[in-house]
Order: sequence, then C-alpha cells, then structure tokens
Amino acid sequence: MLKIRGLRSGYGRIEALHGIDLDVPEGEIVSLIGANGAGKSTLLMTVCGNPRATAGEILFNGRDITQLPTHEIARAGLAHAPEGRRIFSRMSVGENLQTGAIVADPKFYNEDLERVLVLFPRLKERLHQRGGTLSGGEQQMLAIARALMSRPRLLLLDEPSLGLAPLVTKQLFTNIAEINKADGMTILLVEQNAFQALKLATTAHIIVNGRIELSGTGAALLKDPAVREAYLEGAGPKLEAGS
Amino acid sequence: MAYFLQQLINGVTLGATYGLIAIGYTMVYGIIGMINFAHGDIYMIGAFISLVGFMLLATFGITSVPLAFFLVLVFAMFFTGVYGWTVERVAYRPLRHAPRLAPLISAIGVSIVLQNFVQLSQGARVKPLQPMIRGAYEVYNDGSFQVTISYLQIMIIVLTLALMLAFTLMIRFTSLGRAQRAAAQDMTMAALLGVNVDRTISATFVIGAMLAAVAGLMVTLYYGVIDFYIGFIVGIKAFTAAVLGGIGSLPGAMLGGMLIGLIEAFWSGYFSIEYKDVAAFSILVFVLIFRPTGLLGRPEIEKV
Ligand SMILES: Nc1ncnc2c1ncn2[C@@H]1O[C@H](COP(=O)(O)OP(=O)(O)O)[C@@H](O)[C@H]1O
Ligand SMILES: [Mg+2]
Repeated sequence: MLKIRGLRSGYGRIEALHGIDLDVPEGEIVSLIGANGAGKSTLLMTVCGNPRATAGEILFNGRDITQLPTHEIARAGLAHAPEGRRIFSRMSVGENLQTGAIVADPKFYNEDLERVLVLFPRLKERLHQRGGTLSGGEQQMLAIARALMSRPRLLLLDEPSLGLAPLVTKQLFTNIAEINKADGMTILLVEQNAFQALKLATTAHIIVNGRIELSGTGAALLKDPAVREAYLEGAGPKLEAGS
Repeated sequence: MAYFLQQLINGVTLGATYGLIAIGYTMVYGIIGMINFAHGDIYMIGAFISLVGFMLLATFGITSVPLAFFLVLVFAMFFTGVYGWTVERVAYRPLRHAPRLAPLISAIGVSIVLQNFVQLSQGARVKPLQPMIRGAYEVYNDGSFQVTISYLQIMIIVLTLALMLAFTLMIRFTSLGRAQRAAAQDMTMAALLGVNVDRTISATFVIGAMLAAVAGLMVTLYYGVIDFYIGFIVGIKAFTAAVLGGIGSLPGAMLGGMLIGLIEAFWSGYFSIEYKDVAAFSILVFVLIFRPTGLLGRPEIEKV
C-alpha cells in the first residue's frame, strides 16, 4: 500500500532522513521504533509532504505522492494523527471530528461519527466540550478518531501513548488493534513504547539516526537480544510509558 | 437627552462601518498572524469602485435607487474582492515563511501603491456623489431639538447587522468557516486533514475585502465625498477597533467597531469635532499599554 524508496528529507540544510526504504502492506500494522530524534516523526511528516522529500520516492497504492501538496495527500486516503495530537483546542470535540471529515464524502458522516463514538465512548460524553479541556488520553482518542473520520486507507500514528498513564496506554493499544482488525485498516505506528509496538506489529523497523537499522516481524524483534538491550531491557511498558 | 440620542444614532451608524472593516483586520490576523496594513486602502478602493459603479449606472440610465444600490453593492464587492485576492497573492503569499517584519513592510508598500494608483487614475481632488437616499424618520422631538434617523442610517445599520450575522453563521457552521478556524489554530494540522490552506487564506482576504467594500459604499453614500486618502484614517480607526475588541476575535471586532464609532460621535458631539480622530488614536495607545489583548481577546499563547 505504501512504498518508500531512498527517501531523504530534513529541515533547511540539516538532513534528518538519509535514505529510507520502507513498505507498508495492506491490512498490516507496521511499527517503527527508535530513540528520540531518530527521525520517526520526520518520516511520517515527509510522507505527508511537510517537510518535502529532497530525494527518493513515496508511492501510495502505486501513485507517486512525493511531490503532492499536503492537503491532496490527505485527499488520496492517507490520514495522520501527528505527534503532540494537535487537537483544535478552541473547537468542540464534535467540530474537531468534523474537520477530520473534510476529505470524506458527507453522506458517510453520520455513520462514521457513530462508528468512532462506539470505538471511543468517552468522546461521546464530551462531544460539546472544547478540545482543549480534554485530558491527555481523551485528546489522543480524539486525534485518532479525527483521523478516522476521513475514511483513510492508511493511518499514520505518531507516538499515541506519549505522556499517557499505563492503564490508558493499554486501552489505547487495544483500540488500535481493534481498528486494524475490525476495519482492516492499514496502520503505520511510531512508538517509543517498543514493547507494545512490537507486540502489535506484523512487521517492525528500528530507525537510528535517520536510517533503518533493523527490520523483521514484531515477534522476531521482540526476541532479538540487541533490540531487547537497547529498547526493552528493564524498560517494561510501565517505565516506557512514563519516559 | 435628545442630543445624546442623536449622537447615539450617529455613533452606531459610524460604528457599524468600522466594525465591517475591523473584521478584515482581525480575520487576517487570526489566520496568518499579520496586520494587513493595506486593508484601509482596500476599503478606499471599495469606495472608489462604488463611485465608478454609480457613474456607470448613470450613463446606462438606470435610475431606480434600490436597483442601482444593489448593482453597485455587488459590483463593488466583486471587484474589491479581486483586489483583496491580488494583494494577498502578490504581496503576502511569497513572504509567508519570511521573518515577520517582511510582510509588514510589504503591506505598507501595497498601501502606498494603492493610494498612488487611485490618486493617478482618479485624481487627487475630493470626489462628490449626489445624495441618493434622502429622507429621515423623526425619532423624538422635545420641541427645541429634533432627533432623526435618516433612511440611509437605517439602511447602513440594518445591512451591517445582516452582514455580520451572515458572516458569523458562515464562520460557525460552514465548511469554509471551519477550515478558516482550523487553519487559524494550526495551519499544519489543517493541511494534514485536507484543508487547502492557500485557498483558505485567499478566501479570508476576499471576504475581508468584500466587507470593506460594503463599508466603502456606505460611507461614500453617507458623507457624499471621498478621496484617495480616506483609507488611512478610517483604516487606523478600524484597526483600533479590532485591537480594542481583541485582535483575532470576530465578536471583538464588531464590538470594538461599535465602541469606536460611539466614542467618536460623542467626542465630536460634546467636545470638539476637530479632535475626533485624536480620540480613536488615544484609545489605541491606551489599549496597547494597559490591555493589549483587548476586551474579548485571549492572552497570546506563543505558537510552537
Ligand atoms: N522542526 C524542526 N526543525 C529542525 N529540526 C528538526 C525539526 N523537527 C525535528 N528536527 C530534527 O530532526 C531530527 C529528527 O527528529 P524527529 O523526526 O522529531 O525524531 P523522532 O520523532 O524520532 O523523535 C532530530 O535531530 C531533530 O532535532
Ligand atoms: Mg517524534
């Protein structure tokens, strides 16, 4: 579904990604883990055209989207719940969901709203509240729900568990698995919570300093001694969630 | 009492037009965080386009006042909208990612260009317009002083309120309005969701220019004279209104416009008409010193 080849990108003269090759097959959850500053967020944002790739190509369902403007990439069926959630804090929860549906066919609106509110019942109670008044966990749910409202073919999630309490994190990963299973949604997941991300993933990649260092199935990487030492050892889900 | 009432009516009329112009300042600031200092001149252009519209209609022999008024309204809104769109495209969009000072200087440049363009093409002399809508309604008469509200004043107030209402509903409930609010809060996120940010910004300039055109038309009718320089003073007053209401806040712009209109009317009614402009500028200074967020604005949160 998503095919990235030789992708380079960065900020001004500083290059953050030095040639990334990555595939996200239809229906799978692909996890991307790596330390702070490795380039995970930059990769997801570059797929969305901001910053723009300086070399390489990004194919989405066979279509070259490398040079497409950000809003047209969204139109092509790619939704991004970016780092930091970026909820519209001065809009109500309902309006946030409406902004999510901008590229979707309006005839599906009620149906889609129903679906995300079943998935995240907490949002239903808060529909008329301002986005800014939600708790961190609720904001993350809203960010994912908003992304789903566009009826995407591919969902990008950037550190959904960041700053959340362990219990909330657990719930969130259950939700992500559910979205993947029930709707057959393809997901590219970026996480610092390596344990959960690897458990969920069909395929996983480890990114170090703007390069993919290691790839494999989630299960294989979970067992890999080097991975365990660098990303898992002593850092169970609890500790990771707090970091 | 009667005199007070009369000033109140005059102030509300004036305030309505300031409010319409202030919306343009506040909307543009809300979405790209920049003061469009050429907005006053867009208003001036609107006034001149209205004047040209009336002259064209006269040569075509259209004399029905409601029809002429309606046609000029549409004509002025359309062409002023084109000016607003062009100014954004030419002077601001290329500087979207430049340091904040650059678009500001560009705005001053646009302002000078527009003034000189009108001065050269229309002449520097004051342009008169025949009063079209005559007559007044007597509100109150205490024997010595007669309080009237002219039909033109009624029209200005009603039209402004209707436009402000339509505009508020547009911002709240339409997809363009939502896109504008989303882009104002987080441009990157809006784009990720599929908002065409460039087009949304263009629409913002066009709408602001159209509202200013309506104000230009009405002030032309109200005072009966315009010149190429009116955009400066009125622009700063409307800017003051936007700052007073809280820059970035739409209800604030409308409220601020009303307050500036009232203050100006009462100042010229009770103190001195020569110093009426001083009132508005003193308010600007005081607001900036003591309450820079304005009456309805929120404290500036530094964007990340
Ligand atoms: N907006 C930005 N401007 C300049 N440099 C940035 C920006 N965002 C990230 N970087 C740099 O790019 C590199 C990759 O960052 P990022 O993609 O955010 O990493 P990760 O998401 O893996 O933590 C880092 O060195 C970071 O400092
Ligand atoms: Mg990141």
